[in-house]
Amino acid sequence: MTTLLNVKDLRAYYGQVQALHGLSFSLNEGSLTTLLGANGAGKTTTLRAICNMVRSTGGIEFDGKPLNNRSTESIVRFGIAHVPQGRGTFTNMTVEENLQLGAITRKDSAGIVSDIERMYAHFPVLKQRHTQQAGTLSGGEQQMLAVARALMLRPRLMLLDEPSFGLAPLVVRDLFGILGKINREEKVSILVVEQNAQLALELADQAYVIETGRIVMSGNAKDIANNEEIRKSYLGY
Amino acid sequence: MELFTNQVLAGIATGAIYACMALAVVMIYQAIDHLNFAQGEMAMFSTFISWQLMQWGVPYWAAFVITLAFSFVGGIAIERILFKPLAKAPVLTNVAGFIALFAIINSSAGLIWDFTIKQYPTPFGSAPFLGSQLISTHQAGMIGVTVLLLLGLYFFFQYTRIGLAMRAAASVPESARLVGINTSWMIALGWGMASAIGSIAGMLIAPVVFLEPNMMGGVLIYGFAAAVLGGLTSPFGAVVGGFLVGIFENLAGTYIPGVGNELKLPIALALIISVLVVKPAGLFGRHIVKRV
Repeated sequence: MTTLLNVKDLRAYYGQVQALHGLSFSLNEGSLTTLLGANGAGKTTTLRAICNMVRSTGGIEFDGKPLNNRSTESIVRFGIAHVPQGRGTFTNMTVEENLQLGAITRKDSAGIVSDIERMYAHFPVLKQRHTQQAGTLSGGEQQMLAVARALMLRPRLMLLDEPSFGLAPLVVRDLFGILGKINREEKVSILVVEQNAQLALELADQAYVIETGRIVMSGNAKDIANNEEIRKSYLGY
Repeated sequence: MELFTNQVLAGIATGAIYACMALAVVMIYQAIDHLNFAQGEMAMFSTFISWQLMQWGVPYWAAFVITLAFSFVGGIAIERILFKPLAKAPVLTNVAGFIALFAIINSSAGLIWDFTIKQYPTPFGSAPFLGSQLISTHQAGMIGVTVLLLLGLYFFFQYTRIGLAMRAAASVPESARLVGINTSWMIALGWGMASAIGSIAGMLIAPVVFLEPNMMGGVLIYGFAAAVLGGLTSPFGAVVGGFLVGIFENLAGTYIPGVGNELKLPIALALIISVLVVKPAGLFGRHIVKRV
């Protein structure tokens, strides 16, 4: 197994406030890894630091190449798709335009057209609404659109920030099922940040637990799910 | 009745120019959330460039195209040199930047070409259009060029990838960066296009208001009125607003006693204030609702 993403001693700052205190973890090619932790632990900051959306120091290597000091938009071109918290929908554009925007860095127009069809197969509801303004979609539909938009990049790594947030439990099941399928069938590596630890651990193969900007626990997702002490002290279920 | 039709058509013709100015203002407002007070001066300077080219013997349409290119590059240069460094600065700093730009361009034009009023040619002539006394060929030309420009812009923003990327960068900059769009260059491109659109407005209105460094002052105020009326967040609204303001200006000047030519400009200002009081988002603008 090769390492796709390697994060070493990551420290991130919001102004004078330090949010990450030397966080290290790695993600294998083809894996589905989850970062767990309570509110304010630094999960979102970690994802934002990978895409250089927050000031940080330390090493971030993707496929052996350093990502530090590159602009957000050039990091995307390495094949890293980030589904941000709040979904980042282009609300005043149509569903189809949102999908086209996901592929805006690609040059193969035939591939883009067929990928849009592929997304409609994954998410049939998006096909029904393809001419609709994306802002009129429900929360769950917008989350599906955000995932589909990210996949339009044909990413090697997808970063997902709390995809379950604000969604009905059934919709979350649906979404996580699709994520697992994408990971297995399309070989997209996934790093998912979640507060819903139980669900994330069912889906993931690898897991890290963050507390106040540091990794406090790591291991196989099944082991962590089965370890009652970890569950009770860090994951709260 | 003929007077009415005549005034409406003339209003549509000047309205086309206001629509262009409003569109230029809205494009920059969408990109950086500031009103470009120097939009009119940029257009005036471009018009002088085209005039200078014609003085050197360049034919009208060649000068027109060269001026477009000059304005496009100039707009990008202004953004890169002056406003990119101010991107994270407070509002007042930006306002000071715009006023400085206004003064610099206005004085430079005065210095280079002096403040005397100059004749500016029209490629359309000023005969009655199609033998009708209602509208002149130049006015018809103003409307025609503007309509072509608007169609071109509509096609560009609706059907090209770069147009899509520009819209994305203006509406949700963070998400735009996350799909790989270089938002900073999209802003520069917006400046270039706004500057070129303004130069078209300047070149079309110059035969009417005559060429001099302060020629765009009134036009820009009408442009602002149009943008506010249509909604600063809506390019479509800005265009509709432009035509409406043009018609309204003429009808008010003709039919409201005491307004005449001298009081036309305060009408634009009164319009701005009324819209801001009654419907701040404008006719087609979106209310910005922010979750706090």
